[in-house]
Amino acid sequence: MNRPIFLLFAVRNLRLHWLRSLLAMIGIIIGVVAITSMGILGSSLVLSISEDLTTVGDTIVVIPHTGGSAMGRGGGIASDDLITSRQLERITRASVPHTVIPVYSGGERIRVGGETGYAALYGMRTSDVPLLLELSDGQYLRGASGAMVGPRLAETYSMKTGSRFSIGAFGQSLRVVGILEERGMGFDINSDNAVIVSDRWFESTYSPTGYDSVIVKVRSLEEIEGVKESIEKSLNRRETEVDVYDTRAILSTILETFGRISTFTIAIGGISLIVAGVSIFNVMMMSVMERYREIGVLRSIGCLRREIRRMFFYESLLLGIAGSLVGGLLSVAGGYVALLIMLENTSYLLAPSSLIYIPIGMVFGVGTSVLSGLYPAWKASEANPIEALRHE
Amino acid sequence: MKTAIRFKDVSKIYSLKSGDVIALDHVSLSIDEGEFIAIMGPSGSGKSTLLNMMGCLDTPTDGEVFISDQNIGEMSDDQLTILRRRHLGFIFQQFNLIPLLSAIENVRLPLILNGGSDVCTDRCRNILSAVGISEERLEHKPSELSGGQQQRVAIARALINNPEILLADEPTGNLDTKTGAQIMDLLSHLRKEEGKTIIMVTHDPTLSRYADRVINIVDGRIQ
Repeated sequence: MNRPIFLLFAVRNLRLHWLRSLLAMIGIIIGVVAITSMGILGSSLVLSISEDLTTVGDTIVVIPHTGGSAMGRGGGIASDDLITSRQLERITRASVPHTVIPVYSGGERIRVGGETGYAALYGMRTSDVPLLLELSDGQYLRGASGAMVGPRLAETYSMKTGSRFSIGAFGQSLRVVGILEERGMGFDINSDNAVIVSDRWFESTYSPTGYDSVIVKVRSLEEIEGVKESIEKSLNRRETEVDVYDTRAILSTILETFGRISTFTIAIGGISLIVAGVSIFNVMMMSVMERYREIGVLRSIGCLRREIRRMFFYESLLLGIAGSLVGGLLSVAGGYVALLIMLENTSYLLAPSSLIYIPIGMVFGVGTSVLSGLYPAWKASEANPIEALRHE
Repeated sequence: MKTAIRFKDVSKIYSLKSGDVIALDHVSLSIDEGEFIAIMGPSGSGKSTLLNMMGCLDTPTDGEVFISDQNIGEMSDDQLTILRRRHLGFIFQQFNLIPLLSAIENVRLPLILNGGSDVCTDRCRNILSAVGISEERLEHKPSELSGGQQQRVAIARALINNPEILLADEPTGNLDTKTGAQIMDLLSHLRKEEGKTIIMVTHDPTLSRYADRVINIVDGRIQ
């Protein structure tokens, strides 16, 4: 039965006690804004992290068992922990038919014109370079001479295709044959600030006794586990010779961690919504007690219990809806401020995975008010009409 | 003559911590349709309990109460509420209009509760003018009306669903003598012209002259 009269009661009562209603609504607004901005912040955090990381999930990185982690390589060339050519052969055999890319890595002083600096250095078979890296200008390495440089390094030293720079203590001169495409932070190699040279140049310059890491490009994601196991079985059966990482697992661990952080911050926002719920509960109880006599009158002229319940339920529902709508609108601003302060980057504010927190926050806001209004509404409907009529 | 209200050996006992209180003690009575009854008695004599039971707000501990031939002891809360809505009209000493609603909305409320639409203002206007509320007061809130006017609106509210029985608890208790007399004239007019059964609780012996019959109750027993 459609009885808008009870909605009318609710609206008029909220208007009559407008200050009280406003305060209760502000509670909900703050709660919704807190939840939503925290959600937006968390989601933007995850988005910005995953954009920084190279999201290729089809790579396995093999590094010597001791001596640095997957992400902290490039420290020194003189490490004893290297992958020997015999180990490389076993890795290659274990990884058939997938592509295996052995990598020398290090760091070296470079000198461009008058400027000197330090750059990461990777040595690779020239045929492997196109498999791993993309070109933005010039061409890929061909012979033993020449080098490719990462886009950030090129920018820092204003290098272009054809520029020359010198590298190392003896000042060997190299010509830039190509500039790489920006790649972001990777688990295999970080090429944005690096110089890529051919393996032959690296060997003739440094005479390394082994590779620093081996990258296996797997054709399809489903095969990653199998290849990883096969490498482990082949090399680590007797003693652990190498550590095998798959980038997908690393990536998902990182994203999972940030997901947890973001859940935690939302939970903190949720506390303010609980406080808002308590204040709605309080306002509704006040409303019920003040109108106790009116409840008695309504019951005596023929209001059913459920109609009384509905009347008070509408009040908390209206508070929740109004508070959540305002909160939803304000949380765009709240999210902006949170991003500005915490991330100093607001570009992810309008991403769908951030914006989804606005309806989520609003649903929580309405839900909290409705839950807080249930008991007062029930209390009102259970009033004994005789006692209620006698109530002063 | 049809019987409007019948009490058959009715007792009401309230269990309090300090012991049981017998509010009604084996009361039997019968009220015909169209009768004007005054219930009189000292404070705490049980007259309010009697009226509440006639109003289906209370049910008996023992015995049977029939309102419009329905045994209220066997009915659920919702059924009692519907019975009140359709067959009973309440008039209170404190008027008890809903403060959030205007005069005409107060009158319309029972009509809406009874499933009527909220546009039947003609009937509301007619009833309000019949009880003596002028057109320009219709949109006034109860707080903007005098006591006499409020009681007239309350009577209109009690009448809107055309109930057979009107229950009045000290209807003139908060009014001056002159206004009180006007309200009493209105009630006896309703009984004479519309054949309403009217049951009125009062302290005031001078009002008993409006009644066909006076029920005196002392210590939960009819004298």
